[in-house]
Amino acid sequence: MIRRKRPAAPGTERFADAPLDGSLLEIEDVKTQFQTERGLVHAVDGVSFSLERGKTIGIVGESGCGKSVLSRSIMGLLPSNVVRHGSIRFEGHEIGSATGNQMRPYWGTQMAMVFQDPMTSLNPVMRIGNQITESLRVHFDVTKEYAEETALSLLTSVGIPEAERRLREYPHQLSGGMRQRVMIAIALACGPKLLFADEPTTALDVTVQAQILDLLKQQQQERYMAMVLVTHDLGVVAGRTDDIAVMYAGRIVERAPTRSLFEQTRHPYTEALLKSIPKLAMPSHSRLDAIAGRPPDLVKVPPGCKFAARCPYAQPKCLTDEPPLIDPDVPGHSYRCFFPVGSQAGADALGRNLAAGETATGLPVRKEGEAVLTGVAV
Amino acid sequence: MAGTGTAHLRAPDETLLRVEDLVVEFKAGRSGLRVHAVSNISLDVKEGETLGLVGESGCGKSTTGKAIMQLPPPTAGQVMFQGRDLTHLSGEELRRTRTAMKMIFQDPISSLNPRRKVEDIIGEGLRVWKVGSKDEQAAKVDEMMLAVGLDPALQRGRRPHQFSGGQCQRISIARAVVTDPKLIICDEPVSALDVSVQAQILNLLEDMKTRYGLTLMFIAHDLAVVKNVSDRVIVMYLGKICEVGSPDVIYERPAHPYTRVLLDAIPVPDPSIRPETRAKVIGEIPSPVAPPSGCRFRTRCPKAQAKCADEEPKIAEVQPGQFVACHFPLAPGETLPTRNGSGPVAG
Repeated sequence: MIRRKRPAAPGTERFADAPLDGSLLEIEDVKTQFQTERGLVHAVDGVSFSLERGKTIGIVGESGCGKSVLSRSIMGLLPSNVVRHGSIRFEGHEIGSATGNQMRPYWGTQMAMVFQDPMTSLNPVMRIGNQITESLRVHFDVTKEYAEETALSLLTSVGIPEAERRLREYPHQLSGGMRQRVMIAIALACGPKLLFADEPTTALDVTVQAQILDLLKQQQQERYMAMVLVTHDLGVVAGRTDDIAVMYAGRIVERAPTRSLFEQTRHPYTEALLKSIPKLAMPSHSRLDAIAGRPPDLVKVPPGCKFAARCPYAQPKCLTDEPPLIDPDVPGHSYRCFFPVGSQAGADALGRNLAAGETATGLPVRKEGEAVLTGVAV
Repeated sequence: MAGTGTAHLRAPDETLLRVEDLVVEFKAGRSGLRVHAVSNISLDVKEGETLGLVGESGCGKSTTGKAIMQLPPPTAGQVMFQGRDLTHLSGEELRRTRTAMKMIFQDPISSLNPRRKVEDIIGEGLRVWKVGSKDEQAAKVDEMMLAVGLDPALQRGRRPHQFSGGQCQRISIARAVVTDPKLIICDEPVSALDVSVQAQILNLLEDMKTRYGLTLMFIAHDLAVVKNVSDRVIVMYLGKICEVGSPDVIYERPAHPYTRVLLDAIPVPDPSIRPETRAKVIGEIPSPVAPPSGCRFRTRCPKAQAKCADEEPKIAEVQPGQFVACHFPLAPGETLPTRNGSGPVAG
């Protein structure tokens, strides 16, 4: 029924008999830089990880930490002023330096992406149905009827009622949550093995957010897809990922199985992110543990640990030496820190800083009850 | 949900702001239909209190905030502020009263004029009302910049694009506080910000409230954020009030099914809580052009009965300080049946 339409790009015939287990995606020392008037922006700076089939990894960090650029680097969706280094292997094939044309056979059929803003990512002058069938008809030699049937079943499976009528509608006739469901249907149309969801729910209401995250999880399990879930909210990834990578200034600063990351948080940045979320269990008017300051300028990245300037644990060593990403305690739980949270070295470092009233970078710290307050404003 | 009534209002002489039966309707294009954005809402705010207004997009929470400011004036209802009904004030009188009420908006970058310097943005209210001499005005601007954590010597001459989103929100706060207002309406002030910056701004708002004796109305869709800052919370749905009470009580034992749903929808940073097991609603908020009859939440409510379609629930006290508009309020500890949130969407 489905035949590949265009002649396969060199090497793509392997997709048919690729093994069903093992690493789907392996990236090693990926660096993505942008040439700008101000200088070279080091958006992603030496990231390595691997992702198995059917698994989900969450990538978490503040705005500007490089999490979106990382997923676009893997997909090969980057502007022309980019400088790329490192290796990206998808099913064992190197795509790290592939051009747009070389990536075409991968987009849609092998990997797909759901973007943050469903309004601006859909084509406003094209019917929903055509937007879903477009990739099917480009990639596979299918009849119009077959493509339409597939679109209908996809729309139904992503939970859109009256799917038949919706196929003939335009994006502006749908609500935000519905549009995001359509985006997911488009991404799933050609049965990708890897799905990127880049802040898929940030533009949505909290009740709709829960629905969309459940939908992504359900589709991912039914189709045995691997998924990369990019978000700034640790709450979003907590119950829905196998592994989490926390990024800061273009690097992974902590990577661990989800449960381990939350239960044995090691990196001060992960701890700070967790603490800054207001929790329902806290009484009202509790003072929040905010992270002082801002992420560093990625044009002039400071030496040493990139988080040192905002870290309550910072010691003189952190200003000169950059800690490596290692897993000294638990295999698979790696982090970049000399004075990790929950260790004796970390407790001693924090104790010294509290006694001095400031960290090695001059950031004021003090203890108020259980909370450690940093850089408190006037 | 479709709750009307005034059972939750307190004595008029205790309150700074008292809104009764507020109705805001808009024309829906040339169709002759009307958008029922806010339908018979009553609320009050005591001096020094923070009132949290929470609900999904389209529930009318921002419209309520703007109607209180008379931007635009409501279709019907009464807005009593410091003993005067704002809906009856005209031009100059309204303008003078508005100095005591300020707003902070959601998008910090687009709510600042990109061509103006920060010192001019913050000081404009002082110049318009000719408060003090030029030097006194400059000193006041510097004081405000310091209070919100900006460095006047370094940053007073900069323009908004040179600041991050969090810093722009600090400028907005300084601009709102500089003329010494009584009431500040914060319309989703942190929903465009990262969690780390969000915490900084929430702490700053608390500090400014204490330091300048402010009364706040805090509008947001995140119940955890609202709980953190508020003394009293109003949960809204499709132009109506669902539940009113102190945040700790509402969180401990929500009485309205919608409040339960909102609480369970908040993503919790704890991997041992499985999202599948939490209460969900199907579908999305219905159109305010043709809201459902009776209780407006009934089309998505797992507890809805025939009565909910026929009769609109009135706001009633379920326990001291907690008010709910529901025919079948939840008993303490009662949970809702979980539904598959990714199933078909109703309507």
